Amino acid sequence: MIALLTSILAITLRAGTSLVYATMGEIYTENSGVLNLGIEGMMLLSAVSGFAAAYYSGFVWVGFLIAMLVGGILAAIHAFLSVTMRANQVVSGLSITLFGTGMASFLGQRLGPESNNYYLAGMVGPRLQTISIPGLSQIPVIGALFNQDILTYIIYLLVPLAWFYLYKTRNGLNLRAVGEDPQTADAMGINVTRTRYIYTIIGGLLVGLGGAHLSLSYTPGWSENITGGRGWIVIALVIFAMWNPGRAFLGALIFGGINAVQFRLQASGTNIPASFLNMMPYIMTVLVLVLITWWEALSKRIGAPAALSTPYMREDK
Amino acid sequence: MKFKAWIGLTLLLIVAILVSGCTPEPEVEEPEIAPETEATEEEVAEEPTEPFRIAFVYIGPPGDLGWTFEHDRGRLMLEEEFGDLIETTYIENVEEGPDSARIMRDYAQQGYDMIFATSFGYMDHMAEVAAEFPDVIFEHCSGYKTADNMATYFGRIYQPRYLSGIVAGLMTETNSIGYVAAMEIPEVIRGLNAFTLGVRSVNPEAEVRLVWTNTWYDPVLEREAAVSLLDQGVDIIAQHQDTTEPQKAAQERGMLSIGYDSDMGQFVGDSVLTSAMWNWGTYYIDTVGKALDGTWESHQFWGSMDDDIVMLADFSGLVPQEVIDEVEAAKERILTGDDVFCGPINNQNGQEMVAEGECMSDSDMLNMSWLVEGVIGSVSQ
Repeated sequence: MIALLTSILAITLRAGTSLVYATMGEIYTENSGVLNLGIEGMMLLSAVSGFAAAYYSGFVWVGFLIAMLVGGILAAIHAFLSVTMRANQVVSGLSITLFGTGMASFLGQRLGPESNNYYLAGMVGPRLQTISIPGLSQIPVIGALFNQDILTYIIYLLVPLAWFYLYKTRNGLNLRAVGEDPQTADAMGINVTRTRYIYTIIGGLLVGLGGAHLSLSYTPGWSENITGGRGWIVIALVIFAMWNPGRAFLGALIFGGINAVQFRLQASGTNIPASFLNMMPYIMTVLVLVLITWWEALSKRIGAPAALSTPYMREDK
Repeated sequence: MKFKAWIGLTLLLIVAILVSGCTPEPEVEEPEIAPETEATEEEVAEEPTEPFRIAFVYIGPPGDLGWTFEHDRGRLMLEEEFGDLIETTYIENVEEGPDSARIMRDYAQQGYDMIFATSFGYMDHMAEVAAEFPDVIFEHCSGYKTADNMATYFGRIYQPRYLSGIVAGLMTETNSIGYVAAMEIPEVIRGLNAFTLGVRSVNPEAEVRLVWTNTWYDPVLEREAAVSLLDQGVDIIAQHQDTTEPQKAAQERGMLSIGYDSDMGQFVGDSVLTSAMWNWGTYYIDTVGKALDGTWESHQFWGSMDDDIVMLADFSGLVPQEVIDEVEAAKERILTGDDVFCGPINNQNGQEMVAEGECMSDSDMLNMSWLVEGVIGSVSQ
């Protein structure tokens, strides 16, 4: 039983890591009032370019760097379209997903070595190694927390920091002000355009990291459509988390963990129909969402940033 | 300002469509070109005849290393065999919906002579398009609908699966083998049952633990399913999934695996003992050859190991000679008429489903919905 719980917690964290990074990125972007639906495409393009960079350089960190760069550039394009050009953010985000998905497939079939028909799929490159922390990793159940790769360890620090930054610092307050009421923020002397650019790009860097975690650590190597729609799950998780980084961590783990649990139930030979178990992650997500919304509504703290997906124009009334 | 924004967006969309342009849509220009080529044909009759044009509709990308990878390998074998006589093209990532009908219709209008569709869900759409173009030859993989100009083809992959089960049964040390399965449909159940029968034919103590993922292709989920099985103590992973991820998960734990679709050992390494794999090229060469010399007729082809359409991939260096001998002997038995689903076969509850001396009919096999003895797992009835 203890071994089972340990292994469930271990795989939950491993599966959840890329979701946590991408969700955190999108939370910062959306808190500044920019809705980015390009996550799926950004994650895919980061995953493929990160893997290619690591494969040819031989260094896994080069891969992560390139992946973040790619995520950042795509986010910058989105920021240019939606902040400077004031385009419809839904359309702009979707076209980034279209672009990223297609481009990732395209590169996956061109960037590989000649010996493999220029396909990147099937190549083995460097990957992030698991680091066991001596002592701590031996503790039953909790030990799973200390038998992860470096990006998962960073999450333990990043999540509280991200929460603190957003809710307890001047910069975080400015960021939320821009997302809630850009006119007032502008009047206070906050540069709305610059704020939105910065946090959209920071979001892109984190999304890139999330995408690369798939191809460089969790499912090492490039396979077409490696995200399997996780970019859309991220957008759901942001709502689920009510734009709060702490809760994003929880949501990503619930979503990743339920799958781990249902597969283990199946493998142990349970009589519950597999089709029902396969639905569990989605049912749970809806259920928890309903519960949280209900609780939040009672305490009157519900809501997206008021100016989410609305372009800001200074002269506008 | 608004105006500029729309220009920017339109540009981005155009780039996106161009780059994701693995979905070519040349139908706009083609009709104009078609009469021209006819004219030139009349003018220079001595010129070598136009190549026979063949189009393939793929459900996934050729880079999946699995299902579509194998079909594309077959297409390349075709090109090698017939050279200038034929011209082939393909379109990847086509959804199994009305869109596939539009794509097949485009190809027919462009003057393609033969169209292959390589997934079950294209069946109805292909039948619809085949009725509109009686002069074009249509071939559909894994379905059951035919017409005068539409044939079906598939392979008895359960035969190599049975053989791969023998390998797993002889090489497991924990007597527990994991099976990551995609969808609860007869095709998958048939493969799982054949594999389990193979395992139990040499090791009646062994069990096959089953996990359904409910997806054909999802690297992350497939890995998680395999890891769950490994955590339960299985030491060999087999799969009916289209990525190599379960194989890699087994390897990382120092365990063994059995591949599917393609020779997965060449992508993952020696821990993949062997793979039950497709080999479409032989069939494609045969049927296109018939189309070229005018002897093509509609048919329903369900080929066996004899026809080379399904086979067992080369063994890895980890498989001992005794195991290989045992597999060869079983292969001989299957090819001489003692097929996989010949009795006695019991279901999970120990009930006899096929009596001694009897064999299941093709239609029973194609509708299989129960699991054989030795499978730990369930299927919704």
